[in-house]
Amino acid sequence: MSSLLRNQKVRNTLLQVLFVGSIAALVLAGVAIARRNLAEQGITSGFDFLHKSTGWDVSFSLLPATANDPYWWFFLIGIINTLFLGSVGLMLATTVGTIVGLARTSSNELARLLGRTYVDIFRNIPLILQVFFWYALITHLPPPRSAHEAWGMLLTSRGLYVPFPNVGGAAMALALAALIAAIALPVWLGRTSRLSQPVGERLTFQLAGTAAALACAALILIVGRLPDAPLIDFPALQGLNLRGGLRIPPEFSALAVAIAIYGGSYIAEIVRGGFKSVGKGQVEAALSLGLSPWRVFTLVKLPLALRAMLPILANQYVWLIKATTMGIAVGFTDFFMIVALTINHSGQTLEAIGILMAGFLTINLSLAAVFNRINKAIALKGNQLRG
Amino acid sequence: MEMVVVAPPAPGRIEDLRRRFFATPLQALLSLVSLAVMVFLAWKLLNWAIFSAVFTTSGGPEACQAAAGACWSVIAARWRIILFGLYPFEEQWRSALACVTVVVMTVLSCIPAFWTGRRIALVWGAGTALYYVLMKGGVLGLAYVGEEAWGGLALTLFIFVTTCLIGFPLAICLALLRRSELPWISRTTGIIIDSVRSLPLISILFTFAIVLPFALPQWLAGDKLYRVILGSALFFSAYQAEIARGGMQGVPGGQEEAAMALGMSYWQRIGRILLPQAMRNALPATINQFVISFKETSLVVIVGFFEILASGNAAYGTGEWRFAYVEVYAFIAFIYFVFVFSLSRYGAFLERRMSVGER
Repeated sequence: MSSLLRNQKVRNTLLQVLFVGSIAALVLAGVAIARRNLAEQGITSGFDFLHKSTGWDVSFSLLPATANDPYWWFFLIGIINTLFLGSVGLMLATTVGTIVGLARTSSNELARLLGRTYVDIFRNIPLILQVFFWYALITHLPPPRSAHEAWGMLLTSRGLYVPFPNVGGAAMALALAALIAAIALPVWLGRTSRLSQPVGERLTFQLAGTAAALACAALILIVGRLPDAPLIDFPALQGLNLRGGLRIPPEFSALAVAIAIYGGSYIAEIVRGGFKSVGKGQVEAALSLGLSPWRVFTLVKLPLALRAMLPILANQYVWLIKATTMGIAVGFTDFFMIVALTINHSGQTLEAIGILMAGFLTINLSLAAVFNRINKAIALKGNQLRG
Repeated sequence: MEMVVVAPPAPGRIEDLRRRFFATPLQALLSLVSLAVMVFLAWKLLNWAIFSAVFTTSGGPEACQAAAGACWSVIAARWRIILFGLYPFEEQWRSALACVTVVVMTVLSCIPAFWTGRRIALVWGAGTALYYVLMKGGVLGLAYVGEEAWGGLALTLFIFVTTCLIGFPLAICLALLRRSELPWISRTTGIIIDSVRSLPLISILFTFAIVLPFALPQWLAGDKLYRVILGSALFFSAYQAEIARGGMQGVPGGQEEAAMALGMSYWQRIGRILLPQAMRNALPATINQFVISFKETSLVVIVGFFEILASGNAAYGTGEWRFAYVEVYAFIAFIYFVFVFSLSRYGAFLERRMSVGER
């Protein structure tokens, strides 16, 4: 026996079996105890509860929801809310981050100072404190009757009311697709090899593409508008309440603003790092070829910086998507809040936690996969940097 | 023939300003816009925070509501609840002293002279013990105060310190296990680390606070505070493990081979060769992780703890100070800012210091 233990292979196998076995035993024991405890409370395990109706309602939903809808529908609502808040937050944060990051890399000392102050302040205050702050600020705004008004938008303690086109759902989706095309077209036209013009002399094509896509969007909106209604629905006071327009609830705007400002300060640092990593020689070479500063930026600096930024940016995006779970602090029904509510109401603890883990794993893995694809697609191939 | 090279005359002050801020029309525009934004914000901020602010409590909330600026009297009236939460009023000096202990401990561990395994362990062990005795009492003639009465800054610092204290060794264990040559061990550890990393911290805190008691035998469940700390330590260690692993990968393979050739045992190789060099590589990222984890202690407010953010909410949430939420949040933000900013500045200083040694 002791000679067997002295054998390296046997010892290694034994060690691994012990390690994996004890972890598995811990998990299994936990699950067994939890099942017994829950069974004592009369809660049956399994995923059958997903088809029962919840009996509670959600405050914010992009899909129609009533208290009679089953749990699985509410989970779907939660995931869509999380993804919606996440994508709005990511877009805003990226915009803020790009502007501040560019300010921090600019040659102007005052702009650099401004960018640096921004980053130093907002990076060093916890996100949840910022969420609380914006939420308190928005809910302390005046009531609808004495709302702040600016550009047709109404700012009240019950939310932000913005003008919204009076169009059907299908036309809305088509118009949105046209808007995305307006952003994607110039990018595609700038890169594709199907045009005979050399890259960099395609500005006319790009502008025309954008204009055409925008015109399409406008046309779709005009054609698809609801009958007997003005094209744009402005919010207005009626009695004690506001009617019309689109109401953005305070929970959503507080979270979106906080994510934009906090995330923006981190993305600014990533942008700065990306631009710092662009070799001085490359920029000098481009300048010595006689390129204008703008073209040096778009053709040399930006592509190289993007390549350096992308992997870190992917990490940051995953983090920001996870940060949407702070919705629970102010009562935004994101995926995690639905899970917490499910545990409170149905007692299906293990199943709900399992769904939570599966949901976030899926979101993270798909985001990572998308970024890996982009990263591979834009990576410098071969040795074009050298030579 | 002799050539004399004369340096161009140094630019005058106006010329210097022109070159720095108004070299091109675009630069001039950028400078002017930045300057305008800065002056506008600074004026607004100063006017609000100082010139038209109310500082004393003598007028009560009414004087504040009449003033146009900040109402710092809410801080003057409520600072005790923000800093100490529900801690018994007469004993709050203990809570303050405990906070000082944590600060001293952190400052000591930032000094390179304390960077040996034994000294750092001694500082943190003694500091935490002192903190614990001060807060909980029940010995040395101090009155007993249970964990449920802890709150405010002292609780925030306690959660931070214990998270690091448990999380750091755990992180090194996880990193070593993940680097193990035995495939099943490294793979299992990898799965654990990656699944913890893919979950949001709030969901982990929630699971540990609310769900875990179901899955534990009664005698193991313990106090909610310690379960939450365990959850936050697990989260910290999953991230720190990857940082430590990165640091270990940066150690040249020859180092370990040389140690093996000298006949060192596994633990000697790890403790004397690998870890010291790995920690040196990983130091900047480690400090960054500490900074992040300090900010993230604020999330325990969601599972119902009375840490500084919750006590801030309580300070303005009830009664007459309802309108003064901006001042309370500004005060808490300032406290966080001081801690986090000094930690991250220290990290930047370390990075510079270390990069000097490498060149």
